[in-house]
Amino acid sequence: MTAPTTASGPASTATPPSAPEHAAAPGDRVTRPVPVARAYRFELVKLVSQWRIRLLVLACWIAPAGFVAAVSRQSTLPVDTLFGRWMHATGWAGPLVVLGFAGTWALPLLTSVVAGDVFACEDRLGTWRHLLVAVRSPRRIFAAKALAGLTVILLLVAGLACSSAAGGLVSVGDQSLVGLDGHLLAPGEAAVHVLLAWVCVLAPTLALAAVGLLGSVVLWRSPMGLLLPALVALAMQLAQMLPLPVAVRLALPGYAFIAWNGLFTRPAQLGPLLIGVAVSLVWAVAATALALLLFLRRDFTNPADDGSGRRAVTAGLLPLAGLVAVTVAVLAAATPATVTGSGIRQAGVERSLATAFAHLYRMQTRQLNRPAVTEAQLRATAACTKGDVGDGAQGAGNDWHCVVTWHLPGVEATGTAVYQLDVTSDGRFVADGDGPKEVNGYFLVRTPDGDAPNPLWQFDGNVELLDHPMKG
Amino acid sequence: MDALIAVRARGVTKCFGDVVALDGIDLDVAPGRIHGLAGPNGAGKTTLLGILLGLAVADGGSIEVLGAPAGRALAAPDGVAGFVDGPGLYPSLTARQNLAALAALRGGDARTAGIDDVLGQVGLADVADDRARGFSLGMRQRLGLAAALLTKPRLLVLDEPANGLDPAGTRHVHGVLTRLAADGTAIVLSSHRMDDLDALCSEVTILATGRVVFSGPLEKLAAENRELDYRLLTSDPLAARRLAGDTDGVRVAGAANGAGTRHGEEALVVRALVPALDELVVRLVRAGIALRELAPVVSPLEAAFLALTEQQEDLR
Repeated sequence: MTAPTTASGPASTATPPSAPEHAAAPGDRVTRPVPVARAYRFELVKLVSQWRIRLLVLACWIAPAGFVAAVSRQSTLPVDTLFGRWMHATGWAGPLVVLGFAGTWALPLLTSVVAGDVFACEDRLGTWRHLLVAVRSPRRIFAAKALAGLTVILLLVAGLACSSAAGGLVSVGDQSLVGLDGHLLAPGEAAVHVLLAWVCVLAPTLALAAVGLLGSVVLWRSPMGLLLPALVALAMQLAQMLPLPVAVRLALPGYAFIAWNGLFTRPAQLGPLLIGVAVSLVWAVAATALALLLFLRRDFTNPADDGSGRRAVTAGLLPLAGLVAVTVAVLAAATPATVTGSGIRQAGVERSLATAFAHLYRMQTRQLNRPAVTEAQLRATAACTKGDVGDGAQGAGNDWHCVVTWHLPGVEATGTAVYQLDVTSDGRFVADGDGPKEVNGYFLVRTPDGDAPNPLWQFDGNVELLDHPMKG
Repeated sequence: MDALIAVRARGVTKCFGDVVALDGIDLDVAPGRIHGLAGPNGAGKTTLLGILLGLAVADGGSIEVLGAPAGRALAAPDGVAGFVDGPGLYPSLTARQNLAALAALRGGDARTAGIDDVLGQVGLADVADDRARGFSLGMRQRLGLAAALLTKPRLLVLDEPANGLDPAGTRHVHGVLTRLAADGTAIVLSSHRMDDLDALCSEVTILATGRVVFSGPLEKLAAENRELDYRLLTSDPLAARRLAGDTDGVRVAGAANGAGTRHGEEALVVRALVPALDELVVRLVRAGIALRELAPVVSPLEAAFLALTEQQEDLR
């Protein structure tokens, strides 16, 4: 036994002869971190034990079905939402209406609640040190938390998709879906496209989830960490509403929440969709990597080391702002001729309108039991102006005025129909028929089976923002 | 490397920016011993415990835990368990679920991990299926201890384990820790309460401003020869005060902080070394004054602690 001392002398080592000698032998393995699979299960147990997560899961698996079923039985449909006007016609419109709503509100909020809190909850509960002692590897804790958060988010998204599809199919049925260019998708094809659309929005959802992880790591218990994905999503949506150049629009991860629209044209507008998905995935990887780096650098015993505004800006915001700048530069360099403007050009609007009109004209022909006609025979064209601008009109606005002309086999005269277009900056438009009454001036057409909605009266369309798209 | 040593630290330093949290700390803890860490707030106790638990990396010095180098990576060595800054519990889980989740994390089967046993040991068997949300601080401390026991540690590191404990809880915790030590587990615990350390520890290390100001057996600390305040309750307070004033080496102190009254009777507070106090007692008895109570106002351990830490503060 060494002598006790004071004032930082050698400390005592009082070992009684009877003390059991079971300290680790030299050469013992010092540290055995818990496998990620077990840590992942631990994180899932914690997440699922929270009432708000249980409620969210229940809501996502039940509420969309109820919503779609209820709306499908209403006489007034949500025509301002993409595919909303077709909710009476097919059960496949319901999940797309829910998808549009989810991309705007539900998915950002869900990722906020799950990913935005996955790290912050440990700060709030004061359990970080406990967790680190139990798992013994910050890296594995991060992986387990990220995977558990991802699992819950996927469960929620799957719930929204399955529930809304079930609600639509049960309440309306498995009919063909009218695409964004007016062509008909057979029920099986519609099912595949709806599934693909939901899969595509997983990419921006992952990006938001990664932003949530980053916010949760950087801002610790601050409520701002929880709100970050929702705020980022809101900022992205506001940006998409502004007349920004296409390069900037495509460089934002939120664009993939809109770009799935391109799946519902023929040929599919895959260029913007693939770019949007790729950008989202790059954001997901970059934000996750940043969060991991910051998490590994955190000192869990330093009482003065807490989330600070300066760190949030330097470690979180600046790298992502840099990522946007790099992405804009890459896109501008890759497609210099097409990405500097709004992407909404006269030729594109005319082409989209004429295509959609031709498809829908065929549908109206079938409704009225007239002789069948093909799009090739119709040779539909459109001539559009925007305000006072005739040639070279471009940009979003509700002052697009178009005249569609078409031909019928064996008829020398050409048909004409007038449309007022409201084109939004993301390329989506609503064409509102302005006559003649027999073609597009009234919302109903008289069919042999009774009155039916007139497909040419008002319809949605989509202008591809890239001039030379990759065709699918 | 010495296989008999559970913890051996030499010259451990740790800084947080400009703040020196640990400044050349030496520490030795043997298996089967309960080693107390005491010190005022900010002395570095939690930082040192955090390094032992693998929560922080030392900036300098060397540490061996259970015979293997430690303190260089963010991970607790095998065989080490415990908590700092209070136990980490998940309020949405019950006590049993908290432990079962931990057992599963370690790869054990919740049914065979001894959850009921450790809950019984810390006196929480009756609330095993209650959510931790409603637990008091003392119950949380005991559940934290139960979580540490699940891993059957060879080194148990506890930060203020007596916080919030009622007498029954204190008895449970002391019993558990004493049994663990008897079975060979080394225990390092911090406390502000010297009476806790006195009841549990065989050795104590006192830290002040990141430095060791004492390390050794508690008896040695208590035996340090220094003047203490004592409270005397006698049958004749006035005569006792006069006698105390006439005794060499005894100073009559003021009756501050309620120390001068006890159960409505007036007590005398004197400051003296033990020999002078003995002389006063002899004189009181000779004078026919009954001595009903004689006790230090502050325990010798506490007084030694205060003297050492205040001295260190004065040196800064």
